[in-house]
Amino acid sequence: MTTRLRRVAAALGLPVVLVGLWWVTSAASTNYYFPPLQTILEQFGELWLSDRFLSDVVPSLARLTAGFALAAVIGVSLGIALGLTDALRRGAEPVLEFARAIPPTVLVPVIALVAGIGDTSKVLVIVSGCLWPVLLNTVEGVRAADEVMLDTCRTFGVTRAARLRHMVLPAASPQIAVGLRQSLSIGLILMVIGEMFAASNGLGFSIVQFQRSFAIPEMWSGILLLGLIGFALSVLFTLVEKRALGWYLGLRDFQKRNA
Amino acid sequence: MTADTTAVIGSPRSTVDSIVRVTGLKKVYESNRGPVEAIGDITFDVPRGQFACIVGPSGAGKTTLLKCLAGLLSPTAGEVVLEGERVDGPPRGMAVVFQEYGRSLFPWKTVQQNVELPLRLKKTPRDQREHKVAEALTAVGLADRGHAFPWQLSGGMQQRVAIARAIAYEPHVLLMDEPFAAVDAQTRADLEDLVRSLWQDLGVTTLFVTHDVDEAVYLGERVLVLSASPTCVLDDITVDLPADREQVDTRSSARFAALRTRVHRGIQDAKAGRRTPSEQPA
Repeated sequence: MTTRLRRVAAALGLPVVLVGLWWVTSAASTNYYFPPLQTILEQFGELWLSDRFLSDVVPSLARLTAGFALAAVIGVSLGIALGLTDALRRGAEPVLEFARAIPPTVLVPVIALVAGIGDTSKVLVIVSGCLWPVLLNTVEGVRAADEVMLDTCRTFGVTRAARLRHMVLPAASPQIAVGLRQSLSIGLILMVIGEMFAASNGLGFSIVQFQRSFAIPEMWSGILLLGLIGFALSVLFTLVEKRALGWYLGLRDFQKRNA
Repeated sequence: MTADTTAVIGSPRSTVDSIVRVTGLKKVYESNRGPVEAIGDITFDVPRGQFACIVGPSGAGKTTLLKCLAGLLSPTAGEVVLEGERVDGPPRGMAVVFQEYGRSLFPWKTVQQNVELPLRLKKTPRDQREHKVAEALTAVGLADRGHAFPWQLSGGMQQRVAIARAIAYEPHVLLMDEPFAAVDAQTRADLEDLVRSLWQDLGVTTLFVTHDVDEAVYLGERVLVLSASPTCVLDDITVDLPADREQVDTRSSARFAALRTRVHRGIQDAKAGRRTPSEQPA
């Protein structure tokens, strides 16, 4: 219990110091663009803990969830197919490298042309960026399957669908998790960018509105909220990972201790 | 010299109930530097219920032979027949214990789940499955470790899990590929006695590949000595030691010494590139 408390204290230490510094140095600020933290926090409470939570924060998070989930499903399924079939992977590799090299931000107007300016378009922007880390990591994870383990599967009749479920997927899962984590941060960025163009609600939309109307403390409060959401998502991801990949984290710890 | 004749009898073909028949087996690999003949011509029969050890110098194609037996590799020529059926993929009636237990057990499954998986895919009903898993784990002395993950156990215990998984599968033939090469000497002795007693209890035909001469003589009823590559059977020795074996007594007996000398001579012959045993005293 004490180690846990110490860990929480260590995690909170630097943020507390930084916020304290911000608070003190900005307290007497008369600079229009850098208002006192106190003002920002007052705005924060007023803005985000009210209707705007439902009208802007929830839609943004819904788009992020949909885009991330879609990218995960497509990335993992396609990644498994490519990872298991060498011919398919070799054929697809140049196209994948090309598609991956295109920054998703430049695709935003193109996607809007095709999919309109509704939620579909915002979700597709997120998918266009989140897909690659999941896909490439899944391919890599599947291809790294151990030869002895594959032989074991074959001798015990663990074939086809059963092999996918009991061996290929679990074996690749640590690598898939690495891809998903990268995708999550990319997704958050693309969520905001997607909403900056031709949107009528959402966090990105709100922050741009505040900037354009020189509502500076409101803008800062939105930026603060984005940071907090990113942090919360990362914590949530770690919790899920701990549950789903408990065996892997245990195995890794064990190997470290016995190395 | 009478001991010599008793030691040389190989099994005459087709007069016994052979569960495994290997005929004219040949395996050629394609490599960058042209074809490599790993196995030249291997022929032998294994009667049902026998414990046969296969020894050979390193690079004798032991693993290639095992993979052909297990249906993991298809031979270039010749065939492996298991219970009257030609092997052209992993046969249902065979279980394999690999040397690398760490890469053969699933680290994301508990010990129990590892042993249970092949039974699930065999569609064994749940209640029978639980019973068989518990029985197999008890047989290898791991009844209380079912909920642990394999990597939480020592190397010797992990190999016990792999053995439990193999016997729970209820194979007619058990293949073991240098299963104790990666564990320390004392654990190795314990595992040898375990495998020997499991074989006596279950009567399962066992093919045990090893590079260890003493291990082969101590465990087997018969030792097949392989030549160097391209491999053939260089010597086929009946191990006429008493059925009940004991690490210290058996290994210090005169008969054991004579047998191990003969197997050892065979290995030396193999290393020297000979394809038949040289003249030797028993």
